[in-house]
Amino acid sequence: MTELLQHLFNGLSLGTIYALVALGYTMVYGVLKLINFAHGDVYMVGAFAGYYLGSVLGTDRAPNLGKAALVTIGAMAICGALGFVIERFAYRPLRHRARLTALITAIGVSFLLEFGFQLNPILRAPIEFPPGPSPRFFPALVDLGAPFDLLGATVSRIDVVGFAVAILLMLGLQWIVYRTRFGVAMRAVSFDSQVAGLMGIPVNRIISGTFVLGSALAAAAGIINASARPRIEPLLGLMSGLKAFVAAVLGGIGSVPGAMVGGLTLGFVEEFVAGYTSSRYRDAIAFTVLIVVLLVRPDGLFGKGRVEKV
Amino acid sequence: MRSLLRSLLPFVIGVPVLLVVQEVMPPRYFLWVVAIGVNVVLAVSLNVVNGFTGQFSLGHAGFMAVGAYTAAKVSLVLGGVKIAMLPEAVSDQLAFALALAAGMGTAALAGFLVGMPSLRLRGDYLAIVTLGFGEIIRSVIENMTSLGEALGLQGLPKRTNVVWLGVSALATIVMARRLAVSTQGRALFAIREDEVAAEAMGVDTTGYKVRAFIISAAYAGLAGGLVAHAIQMVTPQMFTFIRSIEVVVIVVLGGLGSVTGSVISAVVLGVAIEKAREFEQFRMVVYALLLVVLMLLRPQGILGTRELWDLRFFRRVPRPRPLAVTPGGASPTEVRDEGGRGGQA
Repeated sequence: MTELLQHLFNGLSLGTIYALVALGYTMVYGVLKLINFAHGDVYMVGAFAGYYLGSVLGTDRAPNLGKAALVTIGAMAICGALGFVIERFAYRPLRHRARLTALITAIGVSFLLEFGFQLNPILRAPIEFPPGPSPRFFPALVDLGAPFDLLGATVSRIDVVGFAVAILLMLGLQWIVYRTRFGVAMRAVSFDSQVAGLMGIPVNRIISGTFVLGSALAAAAGIINASARPRIEPLLGLMSGLKAFVAAVLGGIGSVPGAMVGGLTLGFVEEFVAGYTSSRYRDAIAFTVLIVVLLVRPDGLFGKGRVEKV
Repeated sequence: MRSLLRSLLPFVIGVPVLLVVQEVMPPRYFLWVVAIGVNVVLAVSLNVVNGFTGQFSLGHAGFMAVGAYTAAKVSLVLGGVKIAMLPEAVSDQLAFALALAAGMGTAALAGFLVGMPSLRLRGDYLAIVTLGFGEIIRSVIENMTSLGEALGLQGLPKRTNVVWLGVSALATIVMARRLAVSTQGRALFAIREDEVAAEAMGVDTTGYKVRAFIISAAYAGLAGGLVAHAIQMVTPQMFTFIRSIEVVVIVVLGGLGSVTGSVISAVVLGVAIEKAREFEQFRMVVYALLLVVLMLLRPQGILGTRELWDLRFFRRVPRPRPLAVTPGGASPTEVRDEGGRGGQA
């Protein structure tokens, strides 16, 4: 029972990360019908942005809540800008080309970030950039003290804070998507970008906004994840990104609540299967889930069926 | 008769040349030749799926792994076996041929098993599922004790040589070209140009796609077997997603659908990388930049869907243009997505 509960908490911690990253995939897929392969790497950049901001602000010497908030918001801003730049210079010129072109470009951008970050540092002061291939350790942003016991299972305090932040961000996103003018415009573009344009919606600006929003969420996920599991490296986003994509597909790609549910479900499945069988199959689990979902219910849990037109 | 001759002629000319090269080539170029030869086999075979059929597979390294491990295992089992009444060299070569054939067979089987469910999907979903299968294959291998887990299999005999590499590359190229001018090839092109229309015209799209996938996987397995017997070991780390992307870069650079394009870019990238050994850390960065810049400036790659001999430069007599909508047919990256709505891939 305790073991089950422990896996449940671990799954929840992992699932929130997947959910936050999956939101970016699902929103971009919604408006552009593009798998933004680089999104997992934006998540990695978020973790590194937090690492650099943290070391500049000196959180490792004196961690406090104010600095933690500053680091998180700073990293979200940096990744938002990165998302904007990627969309503007890599994807926008290809918008009306074949979708394969955009997919190949997305893979290119993804590898550019992954391997660009693995180069040996060119810039030495004030920060070592790019970070190089060896892993680095993320500084503790807040000092929360030892993990506590809940019904016999050990729960780390940072996981609780991370979960709370993630829930707040998701509620915020839900509010933006369903209650603001931007959200209405975004859903309109997602429904039919051509007609949305005819109705006076600035499609390009909405798409840029979607990338900024998704990338900022990925940065937050990067920081929450790095606070709980402090080992960060440039290839961090490769597997997590793909798994988050699986989460988005599982929830029904294009659906915001779907991404959240999908992320949590995938986190639980992965933790339970890895916990009760062999953790060495961890990476294969997500892909097995993906294949099963695509074969059994390709629209995901919350997706609407699409009719193919000629 | 003529088609048989066309298939055999490259070997009749190629094998003696390869034997000569084998004798005169300094051994320090060996690994370089392996890299280029294997990349030619991989790129041309991936082109059958990604270029000819227009299906985007990202799992080529997985099939390569299946072939490599099977061939390695067969070689290790046959290690001491000598076929009676044959000189040892011939017996060894036969054993190697058997190992490669076994690798191709299992890779083809893997291609069938992966292709059957995934080829119902399209575009980016297919890409991600093939990627997933590639990772699952690697994950399973990594967890099998009989395959050495993460350490892989060591101590294989060194059997791959210039002749084997050259013959394999030639076989792949001839296969791809013969396929392109066959009924099967026409069906694949039809699927690439417009899957719905092809289906409406009575092309068994799923069947042809699965067959293309099987052929492509078999040759990826061949490449795996060659690599295994060149560096005398196999590890799961040789067959990651990154390896698949390297092959995709070669195919996209040469032009999706162009066999000669794939060969040229495999050779050019192979030479460039050998020349820039000290910049090893920049290799993947350059690949990534190449992909992005290529997609922005010349999405059809160097040659598009054309072959080298289709270029005007190589034509002595002007031939009438084929009655196609676009010259030489549109490559998968050229087809525009009308209206930007992206209804179907």
